[in-house]
Amino acid sequence: MPLGITNFGNGALVLTAFAILTDGLVYAAYLFVVAIGLSLIFGVMKILNVTHGSFYAFGAYGAAIAVGAYFDGGFPAAGGFLLMGLVAMAIGLVLGLTIERGLLRVVYGRDEVVVVLVTYSAFLMLEDAINLLWGTNSYALYQPLAIGGNVAVGGLVLSGYDIGLVVFAVLLALAANVALKHTRYGRLLTVVIYDREVAAAFGINVKVVYTVTFVLGAMLGALGGAVMAPKIAVTLGIGVEVIVLAFAVVIIGGLGSVEGAMIGALIVGLCRAAAVHLMPQLELFVIYAVMALVLVFRPYGLVTRQQPRKI
Amino acid sequence: MAWRTNLFGALAFLIVGGAALVLPEWLTSLATIALANALVVLGLVILWRAGLVPFGQALFYAIGAYTVALLGRYTSWHDALLVVAAGAVVAGVVAFLIGFLLARYRDIFFAMLSLAMSMILYGVLVKTETLGSTDGFHVEAVTFLSFVPHGRARELAVFWFVLALCAAAALFVSFYFRSIAGALAVPVRESEIRLEFLGISVNRLIHLKLVIAGTLAGVGGALAAIAIGHVDPSMAYWTTSGGFVFVTILAGAGSIAAAFVGSFLFELVRSIAIDIMPGTWQIILGSALLLTILFLPNGLGSVFARGSERARTGTS
Repeated sequence: MPLGITNFGNGALVLTAFAILTDGLVYAAYLFVVAIGLSLIFGVMKILNVTHGSFYAFGAYGAAIAVGAYFDGGFPAAGGFLLMGLVAMAIGLVLGLTIERGLLRVVYGRDEVVVVLVTYSAFLMLEDAINLLWGTNSYALYQPLAIGGNVAVGGLVLSGYDIGLVVFAVLLALAANVALKHTRYGRLLTVVIYDREVAAAFGINVKVVYTVTFVLGAMLGALGGAVMAPKIAVTLGIGVEVIVLAFAVVIIGGLGSVEGAMIGALIVGLCRAAAVHLMPQLELFVIYAVMALVLVFRPYGLVTRQQPRKI
Repeated sequence: MAWRTNLFGALAFLIVGGAALVLPEWLTSLATIALANALVVLGLVILWRAGLVPFGQALFYAIGAYTVALLGRYTSWHDALLVVAAGAVVAGVVAFLIGFLLARYRDIFFAMLSLAMSMILYGVLVKTETLGSTDGFHVEAVTFLSFVPHGRARELAVFWFVLALCAAAALFVSFYFRSIAGALAVPVRESEIRLEFLGISVNRLIHLKLVIAGTLAGVGGALAAIAIGHVDPSMAYWTTSGGFVFVTILAGAGSIAAAFVGSFLFELVRSIAIDIMPGTWQIILGSALLLTILFLPNGLGSVFARGSERARTGTS
């Protein structure tokens, strides 16, 4: 029956498309959580922070160990997810403060590229610190996925944890948007993003804004690692992988804006999911090809405001 | 002045070449890799002088290396000079083509676009099963003018071959630095707009620098492939580029010699650190880079340069 076969073909096509969409969304959600911190730090401080990969890795390790121990102790499930957030915030606070106060403060005003290298050297040191602290073992945090359970939608089985992750990312985007546009501190931050010197001239304490921004960004980076911990094997080198991905996301979307991080995450997430389902050989190629393509046609990313040329 | 520097350089290369006869085996093989990588660094020095830091120079390094490996595998080209020249040409052509695009970018966007380019190649190599995916593949032994050395003789032959090419590259780059195009690097860094008003195309200057740097990186990669005897996709990964940038900042843009000395020190410290204190190599690396940026903004080379400046002007 030709009709039946056609129907079957369409069904498979729809199913694949749906799988690409859901996988892409989940991946985008996680990329967004990681990238928004990176984008925030760049927007305010004009620093492309390679150390963000370490924040992510520390967050993942911290969550895998602390939350894993929490669940093993048999405590109520809800607390585990709360602990995940708390661990990430604690790690972000400690690492962020140390690096901003101890390191970046010294090199403010130097070439952008030189500051990137400073964060790169901090990144290298923290990579070894992970090795010294937790060794080469791989950690797995399996409980949150088990607690989340599975939901069958159409012909696909979705993990409850993944759905929660997407909801969380959407809430985070909304919260960031409201915080930036409708709170006093957020508006001060916007002023600093537009022009640091004018902001300082109007009495905004830019130093404090820098510190707070960096710590916030570090917390978000660690949170990205923490929420991703249940989905990956937490092991050496995860920071190295994630930082180039995060770069791709923020470069595609445009550095320094919430919308940019969101659009970048969606594009990278959907492209990767499409590649994985249709042509697995192109998985990595597609992400960086899109990044290069966007840079060619919109050097400052998809979402940017006009930059005046300063002489 | 220039001929004296050239003479010193030639002497230094001859001494190193002679020393290889008495040095232990591990040191010559380490020096071979260090010299091959120094060529990539030399290219980065050219760009760094103009204030550009590509985070994807491993692209050309990997192209050079894979060209040699592929020629050995699929053709009867086995002569060392021939395959290295092929690697240089392929890398140079790619640099020329990409250059039309890349030369328009500066600062972080330059770094990021070049990063994207190298990651594209990495993504392709990792997923290409005929090229061994993540494992890479073996590089056929090369011949030197139809002479096929073995064992210790092969090691020395490769070392001298790399050394000779390094000497040639150093001479070429020193000519380039003294040429007008080379001397304009610092003005590019300081104020592009002034240069443009003087009627000089900054993009074309940078395009030329990109081609030279890309070709040098191609030669470096080709030599590394010969020396190691194996190629794999990590040669195109961003951490490889990061390593090259690292040595460049360490060495500084001041002198050509610093690129070679810096590259050698880098490999030496790495092998010692991995031997004595495994797991702390990157901490050493990171702190060295930080200290250099904080206290020697112009790199290790600036120490020598400052010393000779003082000697010449008689001030202290």
